Amino acid sequence: MTATETFVTAEYRQAEAHRFTVKGEEFLYLVPSGAVFGLSGLSKEIFDLLGTGAVNRQELVDKLARHGYAPADVETTIDEMEYHDVLTTGDGKPKFPSMPASDFPLQRMVLNVTNQCNLSCGYCYEYSEDKIALTKDKPKYMTDPVAQAAIDTLFLESKGRPSLHVTFFGGESLLNFPLMQSTVAYTDAKAEEEGRKVDYSLTTNATLLTEEIADFLAEHRFGVTVSIDGDRELHDKMRIFHNGRGSYDTIAPRIKMLLARHKTNSIGARVTLSSGVRHVRRIYDHLTQEFGFAGVGFSPATASTDRLYKIGGERMDEVLDQFAELAWEFRDYALRGGRHYFTNALDTIKELHNGISKAYTCGAGLGMLGVGTSGDIGACHRFVDAPVAQMGNVLTGGVDHEARRDFLKDHHIGARSDCHSCWVRPVCAGGCYHESFINHGNTSASLLTQCDRIRGWIDLCLHIYAEIGIENPKFLERFND
Amino acid sequence: MKSLQPFNLKARKMEERRVAETGDVQALQQPDNKAGRVYYPLGCTIAFNPGWEVDVSGGAAGLCQPVERDLFDCYLGCAWPAQVPDHVSNNPSWTDKCSAAVNDWRNVDVVFP
Repeated sequence: MTATETFVTAEYRQAEAHRFTVKGEEFLYLVPSGAVFGLSGLSKEIFDLLGTGAVNRQELVDKLARHGYAPADVETTIDEMEYHDVLTTGDGKPKFPSMPASDFPLQRMVLNVTNQCNLSCGYCYEYSEDKIALTKDKPKYMTDPVAQAAIDTLFLESKGRPSLHVTFFGGESLLNFPLMQSTVAYTDAKAEEEGRKVDYSLTTNATLLTEEIADFLAEHRFGVTVSIDGDRELHDKMRIFHNGRGSYDTIAPRIKMLLARHKTNSIGARVTLSSGVRHVRRIYDHLTQEFGFAGVGFSPATASTDRLYKIGGERMDEVLDQFAELAWEFRDYALRGGRHYFTNALDTIKELHNGISKAYTCGAGLGMLGVGTSGDIGACHRFVDAPVAQMGNVLTGGVDHEARRDFLKDHHIGARSDCHSCWVRPVCAGGCYHESFINHGNTSASLLTQCDRIRGWIDLCLHIYAEIGIENPKFLERFND
Repeated sequence: MKSLQPFNLKARKMEERRVAETGDVQALQQPDNKAGRVYYPLGCTIAFNPGWEVDVSGGAAGLCQPVERDLFDCYLGCAWPAQVPDHVSNNPSWTDKCSAAVNDWRNVDVVFP
C-alpha cells in the first residue's frame, strides 16, 4: 500500500476526551493534554459522525459533502483535529505524559523541624491511630547541622533552577522557631552566593505566634498556612491541647495579630474536615469575615475506613454539595471581576485554565522532598520517618537517587492502571500517596472510592471555568502561568 | 470563526504551535481563518508575474491585469518603499493625471528623490 492509499484509508476515531456544554456551547476537555477546545459546526459534525466507531478519511469527506461541506474544508478540519488529538488513527490505547528525566531538579524542600506538637488533634496523621511515622528513635527537634545539610542538598539537587522554596513543617513548626531563624539566615546567604532566589513558607497551628515571630515572617516574606477548623464550637471539636482544652481562644487573637503585622505574603487557612466538622459554608464565612484570610482551603481528614472521625459516603456528598455552593459563588464573583477566597475552586480552575497534565499526582519525590529531624529524606513531609517512600539522608550521602527513580517509576500515571480509562487523570493522576497508604497499605493504589466524587468536582469546575471564559475571559488572565 | 476553537491556555499554545508548524506564509495579507481556504501569499517580492497567479478565491478573475494596475496596488495599497514613489509623504500627487491606468499610464512619470 502506498503512503497516499494509507492516508486516504486511515480510520479515524474519537480520541479520549470529556465533552460538556456550557451556555449552549460545546467543549471538549482533551485527555491527556488537558487542552479545552470549543466544538462547533464542522468539527462537531466530524466528532459526532465518528461516535464510538471508526470511519475512514474519504468516507468522512464524502458524508460531509452530502451535508454541504466543501471537501477542502473537511480535510483541513480533520488535519487540525488530528493534530490536537481530538481525532486519532491510533489503536485507542491511553496516552500519558512522558517520564521525567532521571536528574529532574528539586525545587522544594520541606523541613519537619520537629516531630513534637503542643496540640492533640484527634485526626492528626502524625500522632493519631493512623500514624505511620516511626519517631521513637528519632531526635525530637531538628538541629542546625541537619537543617543546613538539607539546604545544601536542595541547592545541590536543583541545578538550573533560579528559584527555590523551603517549607517549615512539624509537628508544630514554631516549637523550633530558633532553627527557622538560623536556617533562613544560612539559606539566604547561600542563595546570594549562588545568585538564586529562595521563598519560604510555614504551616502552623498558630498557638505559639508572637509579634516577634510575625515580624520575622513578614520580613522574610513567608507564605503562611494556618490550620484552623472554623469557629470556636467547630474548631475545638478536634483541635485541642493535651489536656483536652480547645485551642480556638488561644489562636484567634494571635491570628488577628499575624494578619495585622504580616502583609508581605499571603496568609491562608487550611481546614481539616472530619465527621463532626462538615460545615463548609459556615466555616468559610467565619474564616473570611472574622479573620480575613487570603484563602480558605478544605480537605477531609486522612483516615482509614473505620476511624470515627472519617467522613463517610453520604456525608461526603453533603460536603461536596457545599463545595459546589461555594464554587458557584466563586463563579459569581469572577463574573463581576471580584475576589473569592475558596482556594479549592481557585486552584482547580487555575489548573484547568493552564491545561495542566500531570504525570504524578503531586510533586512528592519529584520536585519536592521532605526531611525529618534526623536528616532522613522522605518523598514528602507526610512520609518523613515512614516505613515506605524513603530516599536517603541529608547527612549521609544525600538523596538516594535509585530509590527516588524507583519511586517515580512506580507512581507515574502510566503505572497506575486503575486510572487509564479515567478522563480526569490530567488533574488527579491517582490521588495522594499518603491517603492511599493509609487506606490500602500501598502508596500507588488509586483511591477508587473517591473517583466519582473527583470526576464530579472537576466536571463542575470545568463548567464554571468555561462560563467565566465565555462571560469574563479577562478574569482568567491572572492565572496564566 | 474556526469550528475547533482553542479555549484554555493550553489549547491556545497548541494552536499557536500548529499554525507555526503548518501555517502558510501570510505576509501582509489579513489572516483568513476560514477552514479549507488555500492561502496565497501577498507581496510583490515573492510574485514573479506582475499580478497574481490566481486570486484569493483560487480563480483568475481578480488578477492584476492589465499589469498597469500594479501601479495602484503598490502606490496606494502597499507600503513597500522601493517599488514606486510613496503616496503617504513624498509624492501624494504622483498619479493625479492617471485616473484610469489602462489609458493614462503614460502620464505617470519618473520621480527623483
